[in-house]
Amino acid sequence: MEYLIGIQGQDFVLVAADNIAANSIIQMKQDQDKMFKLSDKILLLCVGEAGDTVQFAEYIQKNIQLYKMRNGYELSPKAAANFTRKNLADYLRSRTPYHVNLLLAGFDETDGPGLYYMDHLSALAKAPFAAHGYGAYLTLSILDRYYRPDLTRDEAVDLLKKCIEELNKRFILNLPSFTVRLIDTEGIHDLEKLMPVGAKLLAPAPSS
Amino acid sequence: MSHGTTTLAFMFQGGVIAAADTRSSCNGLVACPASQKILPVHSHLVGTTSGTSADCALWKRILARELRLYQLRHGRRLSTAGAAKLLAHMLHPFKGTELCVAATLCGWDGVRSGPSLYYVCSDGTRLQGALFSVGSGSPYAYSVLDGGVRWGLTVEEAISLAREAVYRATHRDAYSGNCVDVYHITSHGWTRRDREELREEYYREKERERVKLKERREKQEGVEDGQSSGRKK
Repeated sequence: MEYLIGIQGQDFVLVAADNIAANSIIQMKQDQDKMFKLSDKILLLCVGEAGDTVQFAEYIQKNIQLYKMRNGYELSPKAAANFTRKNLADYLRSRTPYHVNLLLAGFDETDGPGLYYMDHLSALAKAPFAAHGYGAYLTLSILDRYYRPDLTRDEAVDLLKKCIEELNKRFILNLPSFTVRLIDTEGIHDLEKLMPVGAKLLAPAPSS
Repeated sequence: MSHGTTTLAFMFQGGVIAAADTRSSCNGLVACPASQKILPVHSHLVGTTSGTSADCALWKRILARELRLYQLRHGRRLSTAGAAKLLAHMLHPFKGTELCVAATLCGWDGVRSGPSLYYVCSDGTRLQGALFSVGSGSPYAYSVLDGGVRWGLTVEEAISLAREAVYRATHRDAYSGNCVDVYHITSHGWTRRDREELREEYYREKERERVKLKERREKQEGVEDGQSSGRKK
């Protein structure tokens, strides 16, 4: 039902998440922000079971901030991703596992941009692009086809728009708006919300 | 939506309106036709309840206790957002058990902040919003509210809309019914409207429809008479 996507460029990471908070068949909220700011240059995108998402994400968020307070410097995106994965793994075989799927996007001064894919079984993979949710089935091949490691910011946004248009056209659920953010050496930037309108119709059958 | 009830709450320029039906059901039996689903937590915070009646009543009391302790310790009332977070964190350890609470906390914060509305559920959901409806009758209520709720409603219009939404939901949903309670929260605190029987509302509406149909028929006949007399001339 929910959708997350991340695209890494040469010196930035572009991420987007849908804005619907649903309960059974009802949309309870249409402006939910599923991105959690872990630090000035790290975002955690979190979807999954109701309640687990916010609880887990806020737990990680507060712990990252605590590390900064105790040690005087922030965790790098790689360290934050591994810390998150370890927590997920520790809880996995307890009585109360967290059923969440995550994307962690960050910019490190030394290593550059990084996008980390994590799922509810606490797998961790650094990837050039990634997506979560049913929407991923529809958009990963678009990303496979058009992604290049040297995308510019505009090209990455265009690629993102292609993915969202495809969702608008083929995905059975209506996802009317997406929050979009970009992380680069200067920090986290809020981009314009993407709101696909009027899905393009399939070509009509030829009539004789 | 598995909770047999209809509760709703929305914000507008005049504060927050909370409304709920009064039917407590136990599978197919109406266990209590006159239960209270909107429980005041303190002078400026009211919570609608949905799920297991006992769980809701207990946890509302616990929340009221914790909020009062906070007020005594810190010298100020906790905001609605804080109350929602407190409730969500208190319910979290029971996730996965049979505990079932789905509440909307409707309150007025401080002198400057204004109205506030949070949905808290025992599965861990905590959402801030301007309009929520919870329970098995909620889809019916949503469709009525989505067509009428605006920020600029007057207090009378808002109360009337809330009543109508609960009324329509109780008409269609078997697990909602009997009466409707409406609470209005402003900067001065919450006020409660007298409980109204929806059966009376149903008969009133039937009567209004009958009168309207009669008027329309008479008007139609009047027009036809006019036309026929015109042609004669």
